[in-house]
Amino acid sequence: MMNYGTQKNMALTGEPPVQLNKTQKLGTLTGLTGLFILLLATFNVQFPERTFWLSGSLVLLSAGILIFSIAAYKDKTAGIKNDGVWFKSLTSRGYLAWCLGIFLTLFYIVLYFYPSLLGLRENGVNTGLIGFFDPLSKFLSGNPASQWFVYGVLYTLAILTFGIKFILKYRHNRYEMIRTISVMFFQTCFAFIIPELMARLNSPDFSLPYYDLKNIWPLNYYNFDQYRIDSFISSGDIGLALLIFGIISILIITPVLTYFYGKRWYCSWVCGCGGLAETIGDPFRQLSDKSMFAWKVERWVIHSVLVFVVLTTTATIYSYLSYDAQKYWLNKDVFLIGTGVTLTLLFLLIWIYKREELRKDARYGALAYLSIMIGLILIHYLSGMNVFIFDAGTLRTWYGFMIGSIFSGVIGTGFYPIFGSRVWCRFGCPMAAILGLQQRLFSRFRITTNGGQCISCGNCSVYCEMGIDVRSYAQKGENILRASCVGCGICSAVCPRGVLKLENTKKSDQRIDPDAVLTGNNPDLLDLLKKNQ
Amino acid sequence: MKHIVIIGNGIAGITAARHIRKRSDNRISVISSENKYFFSRTALMYVYMGHMKFEHTQPYENNFWESNRIELVEDHVNSVTPSENKLVLRKGKSLDYDVLIIATGSKPNRFGWPGQNLKGVQGLYSKQDLELLEKNAPNAKVCKHAVITGGGLIGIELAEMLHSRKIPVTFLVRESGFWRNVLPKPESEMINRHIRKHGIDLRLNTELSSITGDENSCVASVITNHEERIPCDLVGLTAGVSPSIEFLKDSGIETNKGILVDSHLRTTIENIFAIGDCAELREPLPHRKAVEAVWYAGRMMGETVACTVCDQPVAYRPGHWFNSAKFFDIEYQTYGKIHAEKTAQEEQLYWESEDGNKCIRIAFEKETGVFIGMHALGVRLSHMTIDRWLTEKLMINDLLPQLEKAAFDPELFDKSLKKAKAHFQQKMIKLQF
Repeated sequence: MMNYGTQKNMALTGEPPVQLNKTQKLGTLTGLTGLFILLLATFNVQFPERTFWLSGSLVLLSAGILIFSIAAYKDKTAGIKNDGVWFKSLTSRGYLAWCLGIFLTLFYIVLYFYPSLLGLRENGVNTGLIGFFDPLSKFLSGNPASQWFVYGVLYTLAILTFGIKFILKYRHNRYEMIRTISVMFFQTCFAFIIPELMARLNSPDFSLPYYDLKNIWPLNYYNFDQYRIDSFISSGDIGLALLIFGIISILIITPVLTYFYGKRWYCSWVCGCGGLAETIGDPFRQLSDKSMFAWKVERWVIHSVLVFVVLTTTATIYSYLSYDAQKYWLNKDVFLIGTGVTLTLLFLLIWIYKREELRKDARYGALAYLSIMIGLILIHYLSGMNVFIFDAGTLRTWYGFMIGSIFSGVIGTGFYPIFGSRVWCRFGCPMAAILGLQQRLFSRFRITTNGGQCISCGNCSVYCEMGIDVRSYAQKGENILRASCVGCGICSAVCPRGVLKLENTKKSDQRIDPDAVLTGNNPDLLDLLKKNQ
Repeated sequence: MKHIVIIGNGIAGITAARHIRKRSDNRISVISSENKYFFSRTALMYVYMGHMKFEHTQPYENNFWESNRIELVEDHVNSVTPSENKLVLRKGKSLDYDVLIIATGSKPNRFGWPGQNLKGVQGLYSKQDLELLEKNAPNAKVCKHAVITGGGLIGIELAEMLHSRKIPVTFLVRESGFWRNVLPKPESEMINRHIRKHGIDLRLNTELSSITGDENSCVASVITNHEERIPCDLVGLTAGVSPSIEFLKDSGIETNKGILVDSHLRTTIENIFAIGDCAELREPLPHRKAVEAVWYAGRMMGETVACTVCDQPVAYRPGHWFNSAKFFDIEYQTYGKIHAEKTAQEEQLYWESEDGNKCIRIAFEKETGVFIGMHALGVRLSHMTIDRWLTEKLMINDLLPQLEKAAFDPELFDKSLKKAKAHFQQKMIKLQF
């Protein structure tokens, strides 16, 4: 009757009921009207009452998203809402996805490299979209808007409105709701309102740098740049406190919290990049690449970025430190030797205590990268040449361009609809790399699997935004302990058999539990296999 | 080096193949005409619902089989000739084996209803069934109404699938409540309510009498045992499955309902084994069925037979019964023995949440107080913990104080087990236990 023999004929392109209901159409109309006003402003349409039109457009945009979301979920029972995800053009790399991806990418290119197209005027009054946001910026910080202010407003609005959508979608799951409220809070207060208000405190002799307190080095790779250090130090006790906070954030707060809760405390509860990925990026989480190959690439790329940022920051700090040991105790030599010793110690500690947990390529990588760092420091001393062969400024510029702009912005967010929502977090973020190392080697956090209950359906793997093949562990009854896991909890939520659970327990046993036979089978067989291992 | 041939690449056959490879260097061939690569049958529903693509149901990357030296044969076995250790394949060739493992699974039951072979009448088991469903019921325009008969796990999954494409469904259930032969009354009623909440037309105490067709031999309507005619474009037959063993008819391998096997999963022929849905234990385990067509049994038989085939004979002796399912939004897990109707020898404790969407039931022996089983709807339970309690034959009075240890719900969730515990402890006082 039918010949469906081969794999390729397995099209199974379903026709889901994707048509929008009336309220959703109303939401779309409302939201697009708001967006259209912003578009008109971008093209320099002059609005008489800018405050009114700006508020109006932002309210319409937000209201549109909320109306749409409520209409999408109100008639559905609380539970997993993934019907038709792989049939819809937008969420399965269809035409709409490509359109959106290209639009976002172009937007990021303009934002990062051609802000004048958005109306930024360094000397003079802003025009266009950026000028349109001037009233709000002046209200908050007293300064005219910049492209980053406009981006910050839209970014925060996206996390808030799509955060509410996410909460409606996962209203049966308290972990997801509370986690989302947390990212909404940190984005609104820490990333947006507090830094704007801090800018109000500035005067000619007191000038704090724009500081999102939750943005920790090395994600915030510029935190120890000379202009910021100068600015911190010149701003008295508050400035110094902020500088110290910046240093203990990465050296103390981060490892302690990661030890207790895993990297999720940051990546899916606090971080702004994570916040965007978890809210507006949620519809694209299933697009991440789950292949072994992608995992290999991930390990090399993300740790290379980490090495790059350590190198860049070391060179940058070194470049502005003094030679004179009398003036400051922290001079060029102390700093460089200190860095070398710290890195070597860290390496040795991991090598001695956690070597068994590193794969072969991780060992090679760690050795190679340590040699590069130490080698560069040695070359510097032995040759007396310019530090690190490269000029610090050049390194810093390249890092900012390649990683800060292209990777985290253009690729990281622009490609959401194509590669999924966590490309930056998975392949690029040096902060995630550090937290990942801590999580993999020293944390209590792990995802446990529920005995023999896994049915290998694969929902967990499909909806893992970090591209972890969760099923490959679950079906073996093995705990999941992966550096990249951001603890979003969706694998556990979508599991139809209650197999996965995020935990931070003290138990040191069974962190990884690769019994060849799962709970439920012949106890003799379990013993037999254990003996054979 | 032996040549081990496995017929069927479902969970039973593939688990056997993987474990044989772990334990030996024997040559392994796996034959299937359903799909080249192993896929998770239980995930087929998610493909139709658009949660996943078909390739996502395949747990191993395609190069896994070659790198583990497991040969995949895309063919169908027409017959087995044990005297020559030979299989006759559909594509004409034959295949020799030293050891044969039959893991051919099940097929949907058809009880001889008039009209059961009309177009638009189908079961839901194989990948081909799913493709057929995609053709019969792609949307609510082509399939204006569907009738499902058989009030068990596949029936409710099919209802959920069709519902996801907004196809109106009438669900015929022979018993007085959904899965009433397994679920006690309150649990069954909870699921009845939940099914109806999704707009499914659930008809209890109703059976299919016959199916009528139109001039093109397509299904037009069904007639129930209450003489009611329900017009429809699809009839889902989900009244259980039975072993798929027709090809063994003239092989000399002894069969009953399934392929008869001894405690080592060996058939009447020395070098032929049968595992999974198609196997029937000659001596069923206490309180268990001779044929257990569930994922977990298939997997455990695969693990077990691999040892025997690799010269470390192990009897099939699964531990305590466990199973799981999901009914639309409500998850179900069960461990040990929970009877739908309480027996005279046991006592049961039952807790239901105020919103009526969660419940927990515990059973213990009346005489001794020994814990014998536990299940839950809408609450996740820890397999390891409960399995240990069953093995230890824990007394109910020792179990209740530590009931929370059985929790497996995600962090920050309502502590259902804590609430249930308080309720159970009060109940125990009333029972004067």
